[in-house]
Amino acid sequence: MMVSKLIALIVIILGVIAVAQLVRVYELTAKLRNRGEHEISTRDNNLNGKMMFGFMIALYIFIAWLMLRFGWTGRGEAASTIGKETDWLLNLNFIILFAAFILTNSLLFFFSYKYVKKEGVPAYFFPHNNKLEMIWTIVPALVLAVIIVLGLKKWNEATANAANESICIELFSKQFDWTARYSGQDNKLGRFDYKLTTDNNELGLLTTESIDSAIVAMENGPNGINKLENKLNDQRLMMIPEDREKMELDLSRKQRMIRLLYQMKERHDSKIDKHAWDDIIQKDTLYLCVNKEHEFNFRAKDVLHSAFFPHFRAQMNTVPGMVTRTKFTPDITTKAMRERMNNPKFNYVLMCNKICGGAHYKMKMIIVVLEEKDYKKWISSKKSFKENYFAATSAPAPSSAMSADSTMVTKDTASVAMN
Amino acid sequence: MAAVSHDSHGHNEAHGHHDHGHHEESFVSKYIFSEDHKMIGKQFLITATFMGIVAMLLSILFRIQLAWPGEGSDFVSFFLGETWAPGGVLKEDMYLGLVTIHGTIMVFFLLTGGLSGTFSNILIPLQLGARDMASGFLNMLSFWFFCLSSIIMFVSLFIETGPAMAGWTVYPPLSALPQAISGNGLGMTMWLFSMAIFIAGSLIGSLNYIVTVLNLRTKGMTMTRMPLTIWAFFVTAVLGVLSFPVLLSAALLLIMDRLAGTSFFLSDIIVGGEMLTNHGGSPILFQHLFWFLGHPEVYIVLLPALGLSSEIIATNSRKPIFGYKAMIGSILAIGFLSFIVWGHHMFITGMNPFLGSVFVFTTLLIAIPSAVKVFNYITTLWRGSLVLTPAMLFAIGLVSTFISGGVTGIILADSALDIAIHDTYFVVAHFHIVMGMSAVFGMFAGVYHWFPKMYGRMLNTRLGYIHFWITIIGAYGVFFPMHFVGLAGAPRRYYDYSVYNEFDTNSYEMIMDLNVIVTGFAIFAALGQLLFLFNFFYSIYRGPKAPQNPWNSTTLEWTAPVEHIHGNWPGELPTVHRWPYDYSKPGADQDFIPQNVPLAEGEEEH
Repeated sequence: MMVSKLIALIVIILGVIAVAQLVRVYELTAKLRNRGEHEISTRDNNLNGKMMFGFMIALYIFIAWLMLRFGWTGRGEAASTIGKETDWLLNLNFIILFAAFILTNSLLFFFSYKYVKKEGVPAYFFPHNNKLEMIWTIVPALVLAVIIVLGLKKWNEATANAANESICIELFSKQFDWTARYSGQDNKLGRFDYKLTTDNNELGLLTTESIDSAIVAMENGPNGINKLENKLNDQRLMMIPEDREKMELDLSRKQRMIRLLYQMKERHDSKIDKHAWDDIIQKDTLYLCVNKEHEFNFRAKDVLHSAFFPHFRAQMNTVPGMVTRTKFTPDITTKAMRERMNNPKFNYVLMCNKICGGAHYKMKMIIVVLEEKDYKKWISSKKSFKENYFAATSAPAPSSAMSADSTMVTKDTASVAMN
Repeated sequence: MAAVSHDSHGHNEAHGHHDHGHHEESFVSKYIFSEDHKMIGKQFLITATFMGIVAMLLSILFRIQLAWPGEGSDFVSFFLGETWAPGGVLKEDMYLGLVTIHGTIMVFFLLTGGLSGTFSNILIPLQLGARDMASGFLNMLSFWFFCLSSIIMFVSLFIETGPAMAGWTVYPPLSALPQAISGNGLGMTMWLFSMAIFIAGSLIGSLNYIVTVLNLRTKGMTMTRMPLTIWAFFVTAVLGVLSFPVLLSAALLLIMDRLAGTSFFLSDIIVGGEMLTNHGGSPILFQHLFWFLGHPEVYIVLLPALGLSSEIIATNSRKPIFGYKAMIGSILAIGFLSFIVWGHHMFITGMNPFLGSVFVFTTLLIAIPSAVKVFNYITTLWRGSLVLTPAMLFAIGLVSTFISGGVTGIILADSALDIAIHDTYFVVAHFHIVMGMSAVFGMFAGVYHWFPKMYGRMLNTRLGYIHFWITIIGAYGVFFPMHFVGLAGAPRRYYDYSVYNEFDTNSYEMIMDLNVIVTGFAIFAALGQLLFLFNFFYSIYRGPKAPQNPWNSTTLEWTAPVEHIHGNWPGELPTVHRWPYDYSKPGADQDFIPQNVPLAEGEEEH
C-alpha cells in the first residue's frame, strides 16, 4: 500500500517536471523563431480547424453508436395507454430536436473548419441583417408553438381527474419502503391522520377504535404520558440534565398531541369508519388490473419521496402533510410483457425518485399487472383492514403478528402472479 | 501592430504618472485586503479554482462507485479513509454527501462566484474605461464573504458526521430533520450558514457591478456601445440582486425550522419513530422559493459565459458580432423570462396542473432568444477569418454545448414528457451540458483570452490546445451517454443500480456498461485539467511577457498598460468613439479599430 502510494507520488512529480521541461524547450524554440505565444501559426490554425471538423464527425459516430446500442430499449415499450402517447410525443420531439441539433452543430463545426484564416482573404464585414434575424426568430417560434400545443394537450389529459369507476389505491411512502392501500368494496379510501399511527395502524387510518387506541397508546403506552410523568417526578431517579430536558420536551409534545386526539374524538363521526375498515393494506408487491384505470393517492410519512413508474411513464412526488395524485391505465400484463421482452424474470417496478436518505436507492416495490379474473381472485383473497386490525389487537404481540400475516399473504399472492 | 491606438496612447503617457499608482503598497493591502478590482478578480479566480478542483475530485470519487459498485479502490480510500470508505468502498451516506457538495460547489462557488466574480471584476472597469469599481471597499468585502463561505463549505467535508447530504437543492423535510440522515446535523447547518454568507457576498458584489455599469462609463461609452460582455455581466448582476434574496429567505426559514422549532416547511411528520407536532407547513413552499432563485441562477451562470464567448468569437473571427442589438435583446429577454419559468422544476410535485401549463409556455419561450443567440454566433463565424486560439476553441465549444444541452431542455420543459424522465440521468445530462459544460467552457475561454490582461504574461498555447481537446472529448464522452442512462429510467442520486437486478437484468447490464464509459471519460477529462492547472500556475511566474494587445482587439482593456497600476490608465481615461466590434471594417487600414479611435472623416458608425 505505502509503496504503491510512494511510487504514484514519484510518478506524478516526475510527470510535472517532464511537462515543465517540455514547455521550456518549446518556449526556447518559439523564442528562436521570434514568434510570440499570441501569434497562432498557420499550421496550428489549419490543424485545429481540421480537428474541429474531425471532432464533429467523431461526435456523430459516437451518438449513432450509442443510439444503435442503447436507444430506447433500456426501459422497454410503454405499458400504459398514456405511456404510449408519451412515447409517441417524445419520439416526435426527438426527431424535431435532433434535426435542429445536427443542423446547428454541423454549421458551427463546418464553419470553424471552412473559414479558418487564409492569407489575403479578409473577413466579410456583416454586422446585421434584419431579414435573416426575422427568419430565425420566427421559424423556431413556429416549431415551438407546435411542440407546446401537442405537449399541453397531452398534459391536460394526463392530469385530468380520474374516472369515478377507476380503481383507487393509496401508496404510502416512508424511509425506505412503499405500502399500498386498496380502497376495498366501496372503492373509497378511508380517511387518515398521522397522529393515529400506532403499531397496528401504520397508515394512521381514522376509525372510532383507532382513535381510542391511539389515545391509550399516547397515555399509557411504554413511552406514554403517564410513564414519562412518573419518571420525571420520581425523586429516586438520577438523570443527566440533557436526558431530563429531552424527556420534558417529549412530554410536552405528547401533551399537545393528546389534546388534539381528544378533539378528534369529539368531532369524529363513526359513520365514516366503514370506508377505512374495508380497505386492504398490501406490502412488497403492488397488484394492478390490466386495462382498468387506476387512481393513485400518495402520502409520505417522513420526507419527500417520488413514486416513479418507469414502465408506465408515470411519476409523482409524495409530500408529507399533503396528498398528491396521478393515474394511468396499464395495458400489458406482466406475463405478456415478459414474453414481449423475452425475459422470464422481468417485472414492473415502482421506484423512489427523490433523494430521501442513505438507502434511497433500495426503496422500490415490484408491480404485477394481472388479467381481470386473476386480479379479482387475488383481491378477494385479501383480508380487510378491519380483520387484520382486530386479529392483531387480540393477539399478544400485535406488531409481529401483523408482519407474519403480511408475509404469508405475499407468498400466497406470488403464486397468483405466476399463473 | 496596434498602430491606430498608439497616438492616443503616447499622448496619455506624456502627462500620466503623477495622479495614480506608484506609492508603495504593503503586501497585505496589495495581495490580501486589496481594493483593486483586478486583484479581487484574481482572488475570486484562484479561490474558485481551488473549489472547482475539490468538486471535480468529489465527482471522480462517486463516479468510481457508480462504475464499479462495491469494489474497493485505493484512490477512494486514500481520500476518504476508513470512516467514509471502509476497504475503499464508499458509504451510502457519504455518496449522497459527495453528490450534494459537488453540486453546491460547482453551481455556486465555481460557476457563480468564480465565473461572474472573476470576470465582472476584471472586465467591468477595464472595458468601461473606469478607474475601479464604484466601491472598492464593498468589492473587497464581497470577496471576503465569498472566501469565508468557501472555507465553511470546504470544512464541512471534514466534520465527524459528514457534510450536508440532502442534494444540492436541500429540499426539506430531509434537510430539516437531523434524524433522517447523518449529514443533516452539523453538516447541513454549516451548508446553510455558508450559503447565507455566500448570498450576502454575492449581493454586495452585484450591487457594485450594477452601479459601476450605470455610472462609471467613460466619455462616449453609451449603453449601446458597451461590449456584450458588460451587457451580460450587467443583466447577470440584476438577476442576482432580484433572485438571491429569495434563496436567502428560504435558507433562513429552513434554519428557523431546524433550530427554532418553526413549521414553515414541515407538516404531519413521523421520523425515526418520533411523532413531530409541526403542522401546516409546506415542503412545496421551499421548492418555490428555491427555484425562484434556482432558475435565474442557471442564467446567472450562463450569461457571463455567453458574454465572454461573444467577445472572443467576434475578436477571433475578425468580424463584428452578428446582430449586436439582437444579442442585447436576447440577453434582456432571457433575463426577464428566467424569472417566470421556475415551476418547470416542479411539474411533478403535485403543483396545480394549470400552473404547470403556464410554466411550459414561458419556459419554451426562452428557446427563442436562445436560438437567436446560437444563429448569431454561427453567422459571426460565417465568412470570418478565424484565428483558432485556445480561447476561440473553447468559445466555439461553448456554442456547441449550448445547442446540445439546449435541445434536450425543450423535452424537459414539456411537462407531459417531463413526467417520464424527471429526476433521471436525462436531467443530469441536460444540465451538465447546457449549464456545466457551457459555463466551464466560457470560463476557460475567458481565462485563456484575458490571462495576458490579468497576469501580464501569456499562457502556453500548445498546452492550451491539448487541454481543449481533452476537455471537449472528455466532457461529451461523460455527458452524452448519460441521456441513455436516463432514457432507461435510471433515477439520479442512486448509490448503485443493483435494484435493477431484481426486475430487469437487461436494463441493469446496459446501465452498468454506460456507467463504465462515463467514468472512463470522467477520469480522462479530470487528468486533462491537470495540464491546465500546470499551465496556469507555471505561466503566472514564467510565461512569456504579454504584448499590450495580443489578440488585436478593439475593447478598452487592451489600451491599458500591461503593468497593472491602481486606476488602470495613467493620465486621462480613454474616450470612446465607436462600438466595440469594428473588425475588418471596409476602408480601414487594419482589420480592427479600437473603441477609442475617433471616426475617420466620412466614416459612418456601423
